[in-house]
Amino acid sequence: MSQDNKLPQEKKSKKNGVQILQEELLREATGEKPKHASRWRRTAQSLAVPVLAIFTGLVLGGLIIVLTTTSFYVAWRISPIQGLKEGWSILVTSYSALFTGAIGDPARIITAIKSGDIDQIRRAFYPFFESLVASTPYIYGGLAVALGFRAGLFNIGAEGQIFMGAIFSAYAGYSLTGLPIFIHLPIAFLAGALGGGIWGFIPGWLKAKTGGHEVINTIMMNYIAFRLSDWLLTGPMKRPESFNPVSPAIMDTAKLPRFFGDPIRFHLGFFVALFFAWLVYWFLFKTKWGFDLRAVGANPNAARYAGMIVSTAIMLAMSLSGGLAGLAGGNEVLGLNYNLAMAFSSGYGFDSIAIALLGKSHPLGVVLSALLFGTLRNGATNMQLKADIPIDIISILQAFILAFIAAPAIIRTIYRLKEPAEGEAEIRTSTWGGS
Amino acid sequence: MTTTALRREVEIISPTRKWVMGVLFLVLGGAIWYLFARSMGTDVVTKFGMTVGGAEATIPDLLLPTRTTLNILALICGIFGIFQLVIPRGFKNRTNLVLGIVSGLFIFGFLTWAAAGKSLNLAGLMNTTLSKAVPLTLGAMSGILCERAGVVNIAIEGMMLMGAMVGALVGSITGSLWIGLISAVLSGAFLGLIHAVLSIRYKTDQIISGTVINIFSMGMTSYISAKFMQKYQELNNPGTFSFLEIPGLSRIPFFGPILFDNSMFVYAMFIFLFVLQIGLFYTRWGLRHRSVGEHPRAADTLGINVFRTRYIAVLLGGMMAGFAGGYFTLGSVGRFDEVMTAGRGFIALAAMIFGNWMPFGAFSAGLLFGFADSLASKLAILGIQIPSQFLLMAPYIATMVVLAGVVGRGQMPAADGQPYEKEG
Repeated sequence: MSQDNKLPQEKKSKKNGVQILQEELLREATGEKPKHASRWRRTAQSLAVPVLAIFTGLVLGGLIIVLTTTSFYVAWRISPIQGLKEGWSILVTSYSALFTGAIGDPARIITAIKSGDIDQIRRAFYPFFESLVASTPYIYGGLAVALGFRAGLFNIGAEGQIFMGAIFSAYAGYSLTGLPIFIHLPIAFLAGALGGGIWGFIPGWLKAKTGGHEVINTIMMNYIAFRLSDWLLTGPMKRPESFNPVSPAIMDTAKLPRFFGDPIRFHLGFFVALFFAWLVYWFLFKTKWGFDLRAVGANPNAARYAGMIVSTAIMLAMSLSGGLAGLAGGNEVLGLNYNLAMAFSSGYGFDSIAIALLGKSHPLGVVLSALLFGTLRNGATNMQLKADIPIDIISILQAFILAFIAAPAIIRTIYRLKEPAEGEAEIRTSTWGGS
Repeated sequence: MTTTALRREVEIISPTRKWVMGVLFLVLGGAIWYLFARSMGTDVVTKFGMTVGGAEATIPDLLLPTRTTLNILALICGIFGIFQLVIPRGFKNRTNLVLGIVSGLFIFGFLTWAAAGKSLNLAGLMNTTLSKAVPLTLGAMSGILCERAGVVNIAIEGMMLMGAMVGALVGSITGSLWIGLISAVLSGAFLGLIHAVLSIRYKTDQIISGTVINIFSMGMTSYISAKFMQKYQELNNPGTFSFLEIPGLSRIPFFGPILFDNSMFVYAMFIFLFVLQIGLFYTRWGLRHRSVGEHPRAADTLGINVFRTRYIAVLLGGMMAGFAGGYFTLGSVGRFDEVMTAGRGFIALAAMIFGNWMPFGAFSAGLLFGFADSLASKLAILGIQIPSQFLLMAPYIATMVVLAGVVGRGQMPAADGQPYEKEG
């Protein structure tokens, strides 16, 4: 112990992500339990940065809201105290609109339950379920990016993979007829995984065979997917009787069943997403393939010497990652829209990166952060209606949160937190040049 | 680095590559004959307009007998192909140049076929190509500035978007285009500073840092636009820079009206191109700049301040991207629309890679991609049954092909994307 104390502080913190992952893998392989501080303290420590990042993001977002509201300046001109009061009330109005839009208005829920009117209860609970609906594609997207991170790959192309998944699911949804729901629905849903999987496999294959960087290739694949869907929706997949670029409606047998009557859109897809999160956890941490994948992510050279086939792992990881993203597209088509329209995805791909990072690339973390982001996005619609704050404030919040997660040193400086003794498992992609 | 150089040498003269290229030239020649020339009547004529719309005609329109022209083009491609196959080692290290020429001939053949019996304004097409190439080239130069110093910049899109918005907003408020443009450049520099602090000081992964900026700009510009610019139209009406005619030069036939009667942005782009090319490869500053991107440790040993060099590089890159953003609102449209850059920042990234991290390479790529873009909008007018979307895909596919090393691998800065940590 005394020797440990003599080590300079920087030396400890210099451990990079690779070393930490390697140690983690070694511990797993040897079945050794970590000797460090108690589990609870470690959990608290690892939660501190994400929680504070979210909090700081919300504070800065609130600052932007106040600073872009005219009534604040009007009040400020009267007196600074008046201005601060006005600013505070703007903040309260906005964020309470966000909250009631995302979770529901407590007072309304109580009166609805008291009245016993089923229609009123549905309306009162609508925001809560709508948040879950909004979170579902985020879960898939976040899992997709997280799986890539675990294998040391940066899948920035979730957006394109979501598009391809939606295209495949929509096609399977409207072109296959006469099948019972328990056959048609899984086929249509997994068609989404196939579409996204193909779109992930190509950059994976290119990376494994030619060394072309997956970040560039997935960005390019994004735009190829957009153009492809443009063409399909104005040409081969266009609904015959429609003037708009929209695909035919999918069959009833391909729709993900909804649990409640209108207006609640909550559907089976949410639970399927949770199941897939568990599946990804099981795959990554309980199977040999998952172990190989993480080993390749931690140190490709070591993995190669250990006899793992790195190129196969890369292709597998990218295909699975793409497939998961594709499921997000399938989920949206089969659960909500029932058809494919142009530009249906609103930037899920980039948000997924933020979700994966906030969730520390762990399926459980991804689910929690997806719930947060879905809730925020859903609540923002209400904020736009009630407080006249454009919905784009959510993207700003996300950017702040992502920045603080990616550079935890900022958060630590602000809140004077100590550096964790284990150092920080940070995300580091391979460089453009590869070697 | 020596290994990459060696590999490059081997790649260029490898027998498979020689053979593949020869066959490719033959196939392209054959395609011109089979797809375009074969079915043409002997008396069909293609008319190319040689004057930009609105300008004074200096040379007459070009009239080409379609079938003969196409046959000649096919023949030239064929000869190139046979040469490549017959001569030992083919065209050696000029293979890529020949590939460029053959592709150019193929594109010309396609145009001749597409406009058979009709008229196509070639000068107009070139003019649109150039104006579409401007933001791509400027954006790509932003990427080159950053990446030559070893900082990956995928935030070109976000920086351009911010520049576009700020340019329009400030330009409208102050009523001065120049102040608008300067603010656009400064907003780009601000985002560049964020990128620099995150990726150099906090050593965040540079892709993530770029993503932060992209998400932030997307949100911020749309937020400001929805909150103010759409409601108060007077905040979104900066106007555009008027065209500057350079006396004398603009009278040159064909090229004059395209190159020398154009927006200030076009001239600025050319000036930046030359300055950057000379600056990067022929000055001490450029040598230092590049050394930091190739081998920061060695550069540090020789007394170059790696961090400062990288900060300056990213700031300059941000300014360049902000300037490119200003082009959208102050140079062409005169108004800001949400997400108006529509992925052009990423095409600029592609142009940078396609152009092998060289300013003039990026310009050529920008022209090529701009050409694909402007041709896509012409296809429908000419009544060609090829969906324009496939033409719009071309830049992305071409970049992936180049990246895969099929046409010879690009040589990116060796330390691109690696954060630098001082030892000790």
